[in-house]
Amino acid sequence: MREIDASKITDAVKEMCIEANHYLTEDMKKALNNAAEEERSPLGKQVLCHLQDNLKIAAEDMIPICQDTGMAVMFVEIGQDVHVNGSLKDAINEGVRLGYTEGYLRKSVVRDPLDRVNTGDNTPAVIHYDIVQGDGLKLTLAPKGFGSENMSRVFMLKPADGEEGVKEAILTAVKDAGPNACPPMVVGVGIGGTFEKCALLAKKALTRSADSHSDIKWVADMESELLDKINKTGIGPGGLGGSTTALAVNIETYPTHIAGLPVAVNICCHVNRHSVREL
Amino acid sequence: MDRHIQAPLKKEDIDSLKSGDYVYITGTIYVARDAAHKRMDDLLNKGQKLPIELQDNIIYYMGPSPAREGRPIGSAGPTTASRMDKYAPKLLDLGLRGMIGKGKRSAAVKEAIVRNGCVYFAAVGGAGAIISKAITSSEVVAYDDLGTEAIRKLNVVDFPCIVIIDKEGNDLYETAIEEYRQE
Repeated sequence: MREIDASKITDAVKEMCIEANHYLTEDMKKALNNAAEEERSPLGKQVLCHLQDNLKIAAEDMIPICQDTGMAVMFVEIGQDVHVNGSLKDAINEGVRLGYTEGYLRKSVVRDPLDRVNTGDNTPAVIHYDIVQGDGLKLTLAPKGFGSENMSRVFMLKPADGEEGVKEAILTAVKDAGPNACPPMVVGVGIGGTFEKCALLAKKALTRSADSHSDIKWVADMESELLDKINKTGIGPGGLGGSTTALAVNIETYPTHIAGLPVAVNICCHVNRHSVREL
Repeated sequence: MDRHIQAPLKKEDIDSLKSGDYVYITGTIYVARDAAHKRMDDLLNKGQKLPIELQDNIIYYMGPSPAREGRPIGSAGPTTASRMDKYAPKLLDLGLRGMIGKGKRSAAVKEAIVRNGCVYFAAVGGAGAIISKAITSSEVVAYDDLGTEAIRKLNVVDFPCIVIIDKEGNDLYETAIEEYRQE
């Protein structure tokens, strides 16, 4: 049994919150650079250049890339041979509290969905645990802004809707999101499982590299086809018209029930932040 | 067309702004988002006075991240304007002349824009670091307890935004997309 101190987890989470909100990962930067070169609309190109300058200023002056520094979503993969000295959940929340208060990040979480009093430290995080083999601990933090989160959808399709129904659902979600979701977007899709499983798959899909494809051929083909179709909607950077509406479409799948075809579309803006640590 | 205008807004400037113009705003603007709008709406429903002067002013829908030492503000990009659609028509009827946000507006807001000769601008969403450079000072003027959602008064210099809905009701989100649609 491997022992990990809760304080080590807290330190890592604090660093991850600050890092993710000031620096995008290389795959996202590359996707934005490619888009800025290929965009057909002059105004769209201007917006994409503005976003590239924004990334530069964020990193140099330590100003968060976006003022919505998100709700902290944490994926935990913990080996079954690991013992955490202390509470894993408390350690993660303490890391979020320290990261958001000491890192000058915005506190965007309210304690109750209706009374709406701000918790003042951006806690609690939304934590998803996965117990795996071995003695590793992998943390993936994805601070999620709500401009795009609000435009996300779950569709409970019928098996008869098939491939065309899935594609139509994804396009519908993207078109409805339009300028509200701060395009160019990254589109995370979950197909299969149950109501909550497909939503979780869609969220997890957003943490996959923007230049990656699924190992399953039909899924990889659908990712490419949908990216092309989304970029033909004309929505464009900032929703101001153009040929770059999405930077990537990432799809994850799971077995499902004989009666169902759940599809979740989790939309993320171009500030698709994540930070990964293995302890 | 690139334009430089002053805030509070002048009627002749609003009259000449067209959907699609790239605009740089210099002057004083107010900041308010969801929670502050709800409080202002409650005050109006009770027949009480608002904590800010609306006449000819601009409200920027935004909730900044905290400022580091020596800086006026943190990251300061626009939030989704449609969440304020429920409150905006009443404020426009009371003298508010401009709004800065991002995303589509409701039919009721568009009608109020045309009825009152107003304008809706969008700033680039997710560009909060670069936008903060156009803000030279920030002061909380009401609802300090709301934290990032407090009402702020900003001084801005060449604050960059784009006219989405002009006083005629032309909407860039509808017209620009048609130009690049290939479906």
